[in-house]
Amino acid sequence: MTATVPPKAPVFLGLPTAPRGVGHLRGTESFPDAARHELRNGQLRANLGHATATIRGKRAGVVAEVPDWEQLRAAGKAIKAATMARLDEHLVSLERQVTARGGTVHWARDANEANAIVTALVQATGTTEVVKVKSMATQEIGLNEALEAVGLDVFETDLAELIVQLGEDSPSHILVPAIHKNRAEIKEIFARTIPGVDPELTDDPRQLAMAARTHLRERFLRARVAVSGANFAVAETGTLSVVESEGNGRMCLTLPQTLITVMGIEKVVPTWTDLEVFLQLLPRSSTGERMNPYTSTWAGVTPGDGPQEFHLVLLDNGRTAVLADEVGREALHCIRCSACLNVCPVYERTGGHAYGSVYPGPIGAILSPQLTGVEDNASLPYASSLCGACYEVCPVAIDIPSILVHLRAEHVEAQQKPTAEALAFRSLARAMSHPWLWHLVQRGARLGRLIARGKPTLPSVFPPPISGWTRSRDLPTPPTRTFVQQWTEEHGK
Amino acid sequence: MRVSLFATCLVDTMTPSVGMATGRLLQRLGQDVVVPPTQACCGQMHVNTGYRREAVGIVANHVRAFEGAEAIVAPSGSCVASIHHQQAAVARRAGDEALAQAAEELAGRTYELSQFLVDVLGVTDVGAYYPHRVTYHPTCHSLRLLEVGDRPLQLLRAVRGLELVELPGAEQCCGFGGTFAVKNADTSTAMLTDKMANVLSTHAEVCTAGDASCLMHIGGGLSRLRAGTRTVHLAEILASTEEAVTPQQTTTPSVPA
Repeated sequence: MTATVPPKAPVFLGLPTAPRGVGHLRGTESFPDAARHELRNGQLRANLGHATATIRGKRAGVVAEVPDWEQLRAAGKAIKAATMARLDEHLVSLERQVTARGGTVHWARDANEANAIVTALVQATGTTEVVKVKSMATQEIGLNEALEAVGLDVFETDLAELIVQLGEDSPSHILVPAIHKNRAEIKEIFARTIPGVDPELTDDPRQLAMAARTHLRERFLRARVAVSGANFAVAETGTLSVVESEGNGRMCLTLPQTLITVMGIEKVVPTWTDLEVFLQLLPRSSTGERMNPYTSTWAGVTPGDGPQEFHLVLLDNGRTAVLADEVGREALHCIRCSACLNVCPVYERTGGHAYGSVYPGPIGAILSPQLTGVEDNASLPYASSLCGACYEVCPVAIDIPSILVHLRAEHVEAQQKPTAEALAFRSLARAMSHPWLWHLVQRGARLGRLIARGKPTLPSVFPPPISGWTRSRDLPTPPTRTFVQQWTEEHGK
Repeated sequence: MRVSLFATCLVDTMTPSVGMATGRLLQRLGQDVVVPPTQACCGQMHVNTGYRREAVGIVANHVRAFEGAEAIVAPSGSCVASIHHQQAAVARRAGDEALAQAAEELAGRTYELSQFLVDVLGVTDVGAYYPHRVTYHPTCHSLRLLEVGDRPLQLLRAVRGLELVELPGAEQCCGFGGTFAVKNADTSTAMLTDKMANVLSTHAEVCTAGDASCLMHIGGGLSRLRAGTRTVHLAEILASTEEAVTPQQTTTPSVPA
C-alpha cells in the first residue's frame, strides 16, 4: 500500500534581493572596522569636514529663503508615497509612453540582467567607447566593470566621477563622488593620468576644470553611445529627466547616436506637474543652488534631433523587496540629493568608503541593507547615533532614524541562534519589566564600587563590549544608593 | 500640581543627584512631587538596539508604574522622546492595542523638565544661583524630537551668577547614541573628541545639558583627558541656590581664559 504524500505547502522565500558577486552594494568589512581605518586618515577628515561644512551652510541658506519649504517637503513625500502605492501601474504606463515615442523599454530583474542588457545594446552598435553621465544606478550594478570586461572603454564625464575613475578610486558621496579629495590631490591625479596634460597644471580649480574639459571634449565629439541614469521619469508622458550641474550630461544626452538610460524603478513620477515639486526640492537640498543649472528632459526619439536610438532599462535589483516592507519602503522615496550625508556627524568623520556601498551616509545605511537583505549589510543600520539630523533636512521627509531602528530589529529577529548580546538584552528586559528584579540588578551594579576601590571613576579594565566605552571614556563609580532609595528615605513612600 | 517624577533608569542607577535635584527643584516651585517606586526604564535602549519585542514588557511596567499620574516629568529629552514616539508603536506592533493606548495617553501627560517648567508652570526664573561659566549642549533628541528649542537657555539666562557662553557646533551630536557608543566606539569617540574640543574652546567650567546620558558621555571623555571642565545636568544647576549649592560645585576655572 502506498501512502499518498501530501503536497508540501508552498514556502514563500521572500522577494529577491540584489545578487552577490556583482555591483557595489556590499563592503568587504563591517562598518566599525572600515570606519576605524578611515578615521585615522587626517587628510580625509580635513577634506570632508571642510566640504560638508561648506555645503551644509549653502543648503541652510537657500532653504531658509523658501517660505513654503515645509509644504514642499510634505508634497514631495505625499507624491512619492502615492506613487509607490501604485508603482506597477505607473511603470507600465511609462513603458507604453516611451515605446509610443520611439524608445525601447527593457525590464531588468537585477544587476546581472541589467549589465547583460546594456552590454548587448552597446555591442550591437559596433562601437568600442561609451561616454557616461554620472549615475548611481549604474554604479550600483557595476556597469563599468561589466562593459570593460568585454573590452569596451568607458568614460565617466562628470568631473568628480572622472577624478574617481582616473584615480582608480571609488566614489564616497552620492552627489560629490570625489568629496574625499582636495585640489592638490586632484591635480596630482590629473597630472599623472590625463594624456598630454599641460605640465604647468596647478591646483587652481579653473585650471583643473579646463584640463578635464579638454580631455572630455574629444570623447564627447566622437562618442556614438552614451549611458545615463535618470533623476525622474514621468509616467504620463514617457519623459526622462537628468539633473546636473556641469553640462557634461547635456552633451552625452544629445550628441551620441544611441542613448541607454538605466533607471531604478522607484524614479517614476505619475505626472509632468509632479516635477515642479522635485525640481524645487532637489537643487536647494543637494548643491545648495536655487535652480538647477542643466535640467535635460527627453521623451523617446526625435528624428533629426539628438539620439536616434533610445533604450530605457528599468532596474529592480531588490527594490520590490524594499517596497514590500511597510516601514522600510520609505527609503525608495529618496531623490539622491545627499543632504543627509552632508549633515551626518558619522559620515562627516568616516567618509563614504566606510559604508562599503555606493550609497553611503544615512540614506545608504537604510537603503543598502534593504536592497541586499539586512544580513548582507548587518552593520549598516547601527552606523548611526540616531541624532536625527538626516530626517530634519531630507527634502521628502524620510524618517531615516525610525527606519534604522526598524532594520536593527529586523537583524536581531533574523538571528537563528541567540547571541550573547540578545541574552543580555533579554535578561535586562525581564528585569526592567519587574520592579523587584530591577532593584536586584541595580544592587548588582553597585558591585562596581568594589572594582573602583574608592575612586570616583571605574578603572578601564573591562572586557568587550564595555571596553568599547572605557577605552576612551571614564565610567563613573556607581553610587551607594539609587535615586528612588534616596528619595524614599528622605520623603517616605 | 501632583508631579510624578520619572528619574530614568540611568539617573536612578548611576547619577541619583540629577533625580534629587529635579525633585527638589519641583518642590521649591510648589509642586507636590511623588516618585513611583516601581519605575524602571522607558524601553528606549532596547528599541534602539533592535529589541523591540523585548521592550513591550518594559513599556508595560512603565505604564503600570505611572498609572493615574497627573503629570510626569523626566530630566531627559531622550527618554521623554521615546515615551512620545516609540512606546505606543512598540506595543501596537506587538499587537497590544490596550497597552498602546495607555502609553499614548500617558505620553500626553509626560514632559521633559525644561518643557514642564516653561510651558506648564510658565516660569523661566526658577530662583537659582550658580556662579559659574557654563556652556549648554542641546542634546539631539530634545532638539529634534521634542523641539525644546531655547527653553533650557531661557532657564539658564535667568540663573543668578551664571555666565552663559555659546557652544560652537552646538547642534552636532556628541557621539553617544546609546549602544552606538560601544558598537561603533571609534566613530563615537571621533565625534566626542570634536564635541570636547568645542566645549573646551569656550573655557567654560561646566558643560550642561538636559540628558544625563549624553553628559555621562561628554563627561567621561573630559574626565579621561583630565580636563577640568565638568558636566552638570540642567536640573542640578536649576536646583542650586545661595542656600543650597550642590556639592559638585567649585569656582576654579578648569581652563584658564
